[in-house]
Amino acid sequence: MSTARPRRRLPATLVLGIVLLSLAAGLALLSLVWLPFELSDTSGGRLEGPSARHLLGTDTFGRDLFSWTMVGTRIALLIGAGAATIALVLGLAVGLLAAFAPGWLDDATSSFLDVLIAFPTLLLAMLVVAVRSPSTTSALLSIGIASSAVVARLSRILAKRVLNEQFVTAARTSGTSWPRIVLVHLLPNMWQTLVVNIALLFGIAVITEAGLSYLGLGVPPPNASLGRLLQEAQATVLSAPLGAIAPGVVIVVIVLGANMLADGLRAHFDPALARNR
Amino acid sequence: MSALVTAEALVTVADLGIATRGDAVVQLVRGVSFAVAEGERLGVVGESGSGKTITALAITGLLPGAMTVTGSIDLAGTQVVGAPEGRLRPVRGRDVAMVFQEPLTALDPLMRVGRQVAEPLRRHRHLRGAALDGAVRAALEEVALPSDERILRAFPHELSGGQRQRIALAMALACNPRLLIADEPTTALDVTVQAEILDLVARVVAERRMALLFVTHDIGVIVRVATRLIVMRGGEIVEEGPADEVIRHPRHPYTRTLVDGARLLDRALDRGHLGGGGISS
Repeated sequence: MSTARPRRRLPATLVLGIVLLSLAAGLALLSLVWLPFELSDTSGGRLEGPSARHLLGTDTFGRDLFSWTMVGTRIALLIGAGAATIALVLGLAVGLLAAFAPGWLDDATSSFLDVLIAFPTLLLAMLVVAVRSPSTTSALLSIGIASSAVVARLSRILAKRVLNEQFVTAARTSGTSWPRIVLVHLLPNMWQTLVVNIALLFGIAVITEAGLSYLGLGVPPPNASLGRLLQEAQATVLSAPLGAIAPGVVIVVIVLGANMLADGLRAHFDPALARNR
Repeated sequence: MSALVTAEALVTVADLGIATRGDAVVQLVRGVSFAVAEGERLGVVGESGSGKTITALAITGLLPGAMTVTGSIDLAGTQVVGAPEGRLRPVRGRDVAMVFQEPLTALDPLMRVGRQVAEPLRRHRHLRGAALDGAVRAALEEVALPSDERILRAFPHELSGGQRQRIALAMALACNPRLLIADEPTTALDVTVQAEILDLVARVVAERRMALLFVTHDIGVIVRVATRLIVMRGGEIVEEGPADEVIRHPRHPYTRTLVDGARLLDRALDRGHLGGGGISS
């Protein structure tokens, strides 16, 4: 046996994913301390092209597109991260409960989750927004809750698989309590798969938020949203394509980054995959 | 079947029955009665499906939920059959501990073995910090493993099969149980390592005056550790007695085939040929 564990090289997809997400995060963080123009500033000309003053040009109202894209990025990341957190906490709780529940309750929960998953996330989010009013909180909650069904189903399966392992029986023969088994054996054996899926969910949440905002059901004005920027630029896409390209590229960068991060994490965790790389 | 119930019996199993639940009820174990005295070393022999492993598991109260248990199992004064989880938890580890067949699956793949050995120690002996660290090292030394960082910080897959089984044994011994159940602990190991583990189990059990319930399909293995034998087949006990006697004068035809089989293999090995191909390296 060898204990010399040489640090494995990080998968390229993981590094690239982190770089892409860091770019978006950097833009979002910068928007907190510095913006080229206030969002309400309409001093620019209508649909100006890129210039030293307006890096990405202006929109129909003469507002600086770069500033709007920066704030939109921040809100997209915020909603993505918030929704992923809600999905993880809620989904993990429901999944663990189902895994430990008696047969009939487990079956009922699973069927309910299957129905929930069968609904498109966007449709579920629209329902929630229709009941509440469109707001950042509504978008966050609806996307988070809708995504938690996927996490719950995954957590349940993972938990059941680990609980069937012999090392759990071995731990129980020495008198380990259930809470201790969950903490010490169950969660550590689940989290790798969970983290990969949460990274994927983060990307999906960002797309869903953009979709909701595009339909006017997401983040309401005066906040910026990448989805609404796309929608507003739609009418003038031929004369001022940057208005659609800029938020579009940011969405692609975030989602691609999240997917590569997930893919890279999976490769990093799985030694079998790493060997074949 | 005459159950050897003595005053100092640690475990008394009486008329144990185990059946699957559901549409098709299958009786896996029926009418099994035996006792293990304090410090006694009992071997349970039988082929796959003879019910020996689930009988052993039933003593810890850890049968899968889809099985119904009837009869009585008295473990150091606790009635295991039908007992709620809360009453069994303090018993496990203190009165009984178990070593499994495949040490790779019996150890948590993502936890360093040092921490795994520390788990039962901190729970049962309430050790922390340096005292816990010392106890872990002592536990490794008792099972003849080097107690250095190389082992402590290793993950199970980085150890050999024999080393893994030693770790599993160290974990079972950590709580100093009165009964050690070993379920085919050497089956997954190669022959030379098998002998080492058997000697280790025999030595530790003798040193600590622990009772041992050794489950195996290999009658050649069991004579090295057990003083009394139970032979099981099809969920029932077919023969019982002192190990020497059962092996020298098997009464039941099934026991005879087991013993003859082991003898034949032994003789073939002695003469250095198997089948006719010979043993080449």
